[in-house]
Amino acid sequence: MNRFYVVIVVVAVVLAVAVFALLKQGGGASAAAAGPPPTVVDDGFRGDSLGSRTAPVEITEYLDFECPVCASFATIQMPTIKEQLINTGRVRWRYRDYPLPSHKYSRFAAHAAQCAGAQGKFIEMHDQLFYHHQWAQTGQDPSRLFRDLAKAAGVDLTAYDTCMREGRYAARIEVSRQEGDQMLVDGTPTFFANGKKLMFRRLPNSDDFKAIADSITRQARR
Amino acid sequence: MRHRQAIALLALVGLFVALYLWLHALGFGGPIKCGTGGCDTVQTSPWAVFVGLPVAFYGVVGYGAIFVVALVALRPAALLERKWNVVLAGLATGGVLFTAYLTYLELFVIHAICRWCVGSAVIITAIWIVSLLSLRSPETRTDPVA
Repeated sequence: MNRFYVVIVVVAVVLAVAVFALLKQGGGASAAAAGPPPTVVDDGFRGDSLGSRTAPVEITEYLDFECPVCASFATIQMPTIKEQLINTGRVRWRYRDYPLPSHKYSRFAAHAAQCAGAQGKFIEMHDQLFYHHQWAQTGQDPSRLFRDLAKAAGVDLTAYDTCMREGRYAARIEVSRQEGDQMLVDGTPTFFANGKKLMFRRLPNSDDFKAIADSITRQARR
Repeated sequence: MRHRQAIALLALVGLFVALYLWLHALGFGGPIKCGTGGCDTVQTSPWAVFVGLPVAFYGVVGYGAIFVVALVALRPAALLERKWNVVLAGLATGGVLFTAYLTYLELFVIHAICRWCVGSAVIITAIWIVSLLSLRSPETRTDPVA
């Protein structure tokens, strides 16, 4: 009889360890989504965009989701830019990934945004990642938080989980990063207006982009 | 006694399977480890919640109850009492019926199979069979009578 209870305790301990390991393993950032891909194939994707397709000015932003300056720009400047320039049809905003190698979960965050983008929720996920940017300061595995953010963004989690597990868009993010290198992106955020690199001495604001849009529109009229 | 020991061990395994699914339903651990997408489809379906609680919670309670009753039935004083076999068979029958309902939902409504649910179905079916066998052959005391 005593031997039976020993067996029960041993089995219970083994199963408890197994469940703990499964939960821990399941919560980890998928290596396929968190790192560069083994092979890079360009699928022709050139970033999600916001605003009218007929807008005369296209601003391309190369961003890193773990970058605090990008977060400041997205949460402080971008609402005004959206209101004054994008929603009025003057500017179209295009987002490109430029994950910096110094940031551990930057590619993982970019991948989460791409998986949300596959469901038409890129902008919502972009905002969730930047408006809850404390994950970038903790250094802790953000996979669970990102899943919660995806849910809050209205993303279907079954498809999201599969996308993240497979690292479906890892090559797309690497293509964007390589494109950034070719465009001489040297930090994040870096902006281009109709393909021309914009230089700022400080973080630009809505007035800066308004002046740029005015300038381009004036030149086009001449 | 062997029947009750087998039931206790099987219920313990089932308890941890249900516990894993319940903790996952509560948001612990991220994506479920399944091998296919079936588990996520089942776990995120409307039928993953029963009377306001995750289905896996009922698994935890059910397996926990069977495990505790089996241990109580293994006390020397209870070994000759046949009523414990009846109680275990009753609990196992309830579990099998609930599992049959869930398996029907997986096959014909959700159209997805969760491997963990299949594992749990196998365990509760095994418990049910053992509990029926224990009803057919009443327990005999194997310990020396004090």
